[in-house]
Amino acid sequence: MTVIIRTVVIISGISGSLAYLLSLANKVIANYGEKKLIINDDKEYTVTGGDTLLSSLIEQEVFIPSACGGKGSCGYCKVKVLEGGGRFLPTESGYVTKEEKEKGVRLSCQLKVKEDIRIKIPEELFNVKQYDYYIDFIEDVTDKIKYIRVNLPEGKEINFKPGQYIQLLTPKYKGNPEEIYRAYSIASSPNDATSVELFIGFVPEGIATTYVHEHLEPSDRLTLVGPYGEFYYHPGDREMIMVAIGTGLAPIMSILRYMRDEQINRKVTFYFGSRTRSDLYMMDELRQLEEELPNFKLRVCLSRPTKACNWDGDEGRVTDLLEKYMTETGEKEAYLCGSPPMIDSVIEILKDKGIPEELIYYDKFE
Amino acid sequence: MVEINPLVIFVASIFTNNMILANFLGMCSFIAVSNEIETSFSLGQAVTFVLTATSVLNYLIYHYVLVPYNLEYLRFIIFIIVIAAFVQLVEMIIERYFENLYYSLGIFLPLITVNCAILGVSLFMVIRDYNLLQSLLFGAGSGIGWTLAIVAMAGIRKKLKTASIPKGLEGPGITLIITGIMALAFLGFSGIVKIQ
Repeated sequence: MTVIIRTVVIISGISGSLAYLLSLANKVIANYGEKKLIINDDKEYTVTGGDTLLSSLIEQEVFIPSACGGKGSCGYCKVKVLEGGGRFLPTESGYVTKEEKEKGVRLSCQLKVKEDIRIKIPEELFNVKQYDYYIDFIEDVTDKIKYIRVNLPEGKEINFKPGQYIQLLTPKYKGNPEEIYRAYSIASSPNDATSVELFIGFVPEGIATTYVHEHLEPSDRLTLVGPYGEFYYHPGDREMIMVAIGTGLAPIMSILRYMRDEQINRKVTFYFGSRTRSDLYMMDELRQLEEELPNFKLRVCLSRPTKACNWDGDEGRVTDLLEKYMTETGEKEAYLCGSPPMIDSVIEILKDKGIPEELIYYDKFE
Repeated sequence: MVEINPLVIFVASIFTNNMILANFLGMCSFIAVSNEIETSFSLGQAVTFVLTATSVLNYLIYHYVLVPYNLEYLRFIIFIIVIAAFVQLVEMIIERYFENLYYSLGIFLPLITVNCAILGVSLFMVIRDYNLLQSLLFGAGSGIGWTLAIVAMAGIRKKLKTASIPKGLEGPGITLIITGIMALAFLGFSGIVKIQ
């Protein structure tokens, strides 16, 4: 017994003293002191030298999109470094193209801050925050779509434009060895800054959707980071054409709810397509919106109605619906949301009907 | 204690008992990093430093801690811990003060930890029962020998860049063949001195 204890003590002693020496060395050698981090020549932060740029930014609550968590395997965390980035690293070359490299684009999770650094990021990113949201409710609105409402932690708020999306951090679970982010459009109105609503459709073998549909419990917390996105409501007087299928309803819902809250009385027509009657959801609220917004018209079509649907409305795809009802008079702008093939074919129709391409806003769900 | 002049051990470990060319230890970084003379020389210096320091440190720990307590059977784990700690230290120094070198060595710098030449030196030193001075010179000599071999290889490979090599032999293939030929050439030194 004494032999064993003595062995353990000796080995631990040797490793312990080496660890002590290394920590001392780390303090002396790897200490780069405090460095200045200047973002957009406007905001200045003091960060610990030697940390990666990504972790320094997160520490200052500036959230650069990153799906892999700084492992250098997703390539999302690119930022433009104007000064002080040091040498371009071999670990970055897989994700940064030659043209980007010439413009100073770097992978912020690989670059270590060793001198004062000046970077440029899109201004909106200052608005991006990551919180662990509490789940208010999870509801099945169809057999494939879950309607989720989550609340921000006490005292926190989210500011987004109606139509933008948020990223959901899927934790590790059995069958998913890695944390990943997946984007979901926000369905709630930005006027409600303390909670977020999402429609999450089930995708077979989808990592995040499997998590939400099969593993998420109401007592869990959901990590969301956002908002992001170039698809959002543009104020103005033009008539609005909205087209969505499936979970593409989410950003449209956010815009409509926002218009209701703000009492915006623009002329809006929303073309909503679905497969069968049981795939339609949120219909009560959409009908109610139709009453509350005098200039809002909802048009629904089913592409494959069955007898059980008992459907006497329009049949076909949203493209058929547009051909049938959309007029060519007046200035219009369009908001499209759903699968890429749907959006591509809708864009063609809208262009034929005289909407200029730059007034067609869309969000492809891939 | 073996009665060999420490200087003989020093010279022998460079030429006749070269770690790479006589023992074929430490081959992976030898093949991977021998693209450029400058980088090879720097890695050689790092290896030499780690080799010299760890052979002394391991000697002291082995003879003054492990032997008195009959713990010789723990030498592998202790040697590896000491080597790993030293490589960590070298990495910190290089990252801080020689940034360009740090990036050109890449993963091969931390991989010195498991460079078999380094553990090999510590184990040979124990097996051959060297004293402290012999160990020190054996470590330093092996490091210099390793550097010599990798720099020579880098020099040859520099010439090879303009040579037409059969496609299937490019890169590591031709490097291994050259290593073999170099080993044969170094065999010629074996008449000078002999240890072991």
